[in-house]
Amino acid sequence: MNNETVNIEGAVCAPPLTHNEQIVMGHGAGGRMSHQLIQKAFVSAFQNTALNAGDDAALVEPGLRQKLSISTDAHVVSPLFFPGGDIGKLAVCGTVNDVAMLGAKPLYLTAGFILEEGLPMDTLKRVVESMRLAAEEAGVQIVAGDTKVVQKGKADGMYITTAGVGVVREDVNVSGANAKPGDMVILSGTIGDHGIAVLGARGELGFQSSLQSDVAPLNHLIDAMLDACPNIHVLRDPTRGGLATTLNEIAAQSNAGILLKEETIPVHPEVNAACEMLGFDPLYVANEGKLVAIVPKEEAEKVLAVMKSTKYGEGAVVIGEVVAEPTSRVLLKTALGSTRVVDMLAGEMLPRIC
Amino acid sequence: MKYVTEYRDAELVKGVIEEIRRTVTRPWTLMEICGGQTHSIVRHGIDQLLPPQIELVHGPGCPVCVTPLELIDKALSIAARPDVIFCSYGDMLRVPGSNRDLFSVKAQDGDVRVVYSPLDAVTMAEKNPDKQVVFFAIGFETTAPPNVMSVLQAQRLGLKNFSILVSHVRVPPAISAILSSPHNRVQGFLLAGHVNAVMGYHEYPPLVEKFGIPMVVTGFEPLDLVQGILKTVQLLEAGKVEVANAYQRAVTFEGLKPAQDAINKVFMECDRKWRGIGMIPMSGWGLRPEFDEFNAEKRFDVESLHAEESPLCIAGQILQGLKKPHHCPAFGKQCTPENPLGATMVSSEGACAAYYRYGRVTSEVIRE
Repeated sequence: MNNETVNIEGAVCAPPLTHNEQIVMGHGAGGRMSHQLIQKAFVSAFQNTALNAGDDAALVEPGLRQKLSISTDAHVVSPLFFPGGDIGKLAVCGTVNDVAMLGAKPLYLTAGFILEEGLPMDTLKRVVESMRLAAEEAGVQIVAGDTKVVQKGKADGMYITTAGVGVVREDVNVSGANAKPGDMVILSGTIGDHGIAVLGARGELGFQSSLQSDVAPLNHLIDAMLDACPNIHVLRDPTRGGLATTLNEIAAQSNAGILLKEETIPVHPEVNAACEMLGFDPLYVANEGKLVAIVPKEEAEKVLAVMKSTKYGEGAVVIGEVVAEPTSRVLLKTALGSTRVVDMLAGEMLPRIC
Repeated sequence: MKYVTEYRDAELVKGVIEEIRRTVTRPWTLMEICGGQTHSIVRHGIDQLLPPQIELVHGPGCPVCVTPLELIDKALSIAARPDVIFCSYGDMLRVPGSNRDLFSVKAQDGDVRVVYSPLDAVTMAEKNPDKQVVFFAIGFETTAPPNVMSVLQAQRLGLKNFSILVSHVRVPPAISAILSSPHNRVQGFLLAGHVNAVMGYHEYPPLVEKFGIPMVVTGFEPLDLVQGILKTVQLLEAGKVEVANAYQRAVTFEGLKPAQDAINKVFMECDRKWRGIGMIPMSGWGLRPEFDEFNAEKRFDVESLHAEESPLCIAGQILQGLKKPHHCPAFGKQCTPENPLGATMVSSEGACAAYYRYGRVTSEVIRE
């Protein structure tokens, strides 16, 4: 060993790369890069109270008797069909859920289809039938739409954008900004099912799984919860970016902290196994049929009981509480008794090497 | 989950920590060599639970972090070619080269794919005979067997469109470099159990003898880690200088002979630059000349490409355990996982990223 050749004090780093010049995949992953893009490119341009609030849907008051909740969602999933769902079901549920998260009853959707030349007509029919069934279950109507066809190679089969509108219940005030110290954090069931099911369906993992996506309309669950407790402070569905990112958003909006208990967070054993193998953390894996509810402590038992009596909330559990300090942070008490911070997803979720 | 849950059992872990507490009589500085162990320690907060006499410093065992700038630039140059499908382990995509990363190449002109196994890249080469498929073969001894298997498989299939860009590094020369440093503070090593699963630990007794410090083969789950720490502390307290194995369910003294044979057939030892440390003689593996046709550096004529690293952060000192991530003035401010100044912030196994993600600074504040 020749010590002369080892540069002990040598500090070596490449200059930072901020990806300001072009869009990279990380901008679409739902984590901090997505947030920065949304703030810099869109919110700063469109500036208004409803948009600036930063909730899943926009709360608008167009001078009617009731407030409206409006949201839109673009769907680009690959493959188009996966265990437990497909792009059509996803497109309906995604928007229904976002509209409902303000405590609204979703009523009408619109759907825009971007179809790739060569898409089998049968595929389109299956997707549309799936949308019909999901809309029926959610109790919404798809009342307008648009269709464009692009050349082969310009789209991945099909993309669907849906927009939705609903009326906000008169007795509620639900927003990501309403979490208060002392509130309890409730999760409606296991996390990561959708992300791992879709990843498995791509066939790139080299193992099979019976895991189903959790994609589901949550508006009836929300109705039942608000019937029992109109005073729910926050409702949000942890989609891309996972539970960790959603809770960080709420902590920042509410200027509060969230303290989780690791062993209370339910994870399906197959999701856990896939994450262990791939080097993912279930806290960052996408869900499409789960919600987080933040409720006053004294109402938690009641809300939990109602959730457990419903189809999409039967796995509901309390996973933590809202704390005053540190603000805008999510902490996790590990099973071993140590405490760590749970950060937002940075860019794309990348599998670790070993 | 079998083989995970039982090694994360809180009561068992607390029991071993209690035993460490009873054993320790004075301060000791231990280094876990492997980035996977750093990740696990910080994720589970194990260092918070240890008695204050035990300091863990984080070693250079993150293959993503130590891959030299020059090789990243070579990868970027190859990946940008229109005739190439460039395959990589996922967390290499964010590592900055001199002026861009693989994400940028993917967004601009390159066909960059994340694969979970180098054998997937071989399959891709079979399916795309009109393309050159290149796999970025990085890693320590752990990833060497699959990486060399990809070459042997491509050879067996007679593929003319598959090659690998090799940046392999080895643990023993890195340990030797760290212990040879006049700044060395490390008194005991937790060896990287997955490396030892492949290589065994017969390479380590000479190092223990030369430098006079104990080394303990250690696993990755919380219980494995605290058992490795306990064994190291027991050896230190008893004044014993030897190699011990605290990861017997996966590691034998000899290691996996067939894997070692495959590695020796395809790779040979060579000098290797480590990002953050510099050149360590004979610390790497490269392809033997008889496998030149699978050598991407030769196939794409990037051997002469040279890059100078610019000194902007203290990654080098962190990789050697001289500094902790939050000692860096850029940590968490200018330097974050989505805007990494250094490789240690890029990979989720990098010490800086682990500290950032699991909020070490904040939780230390909370504890105080």
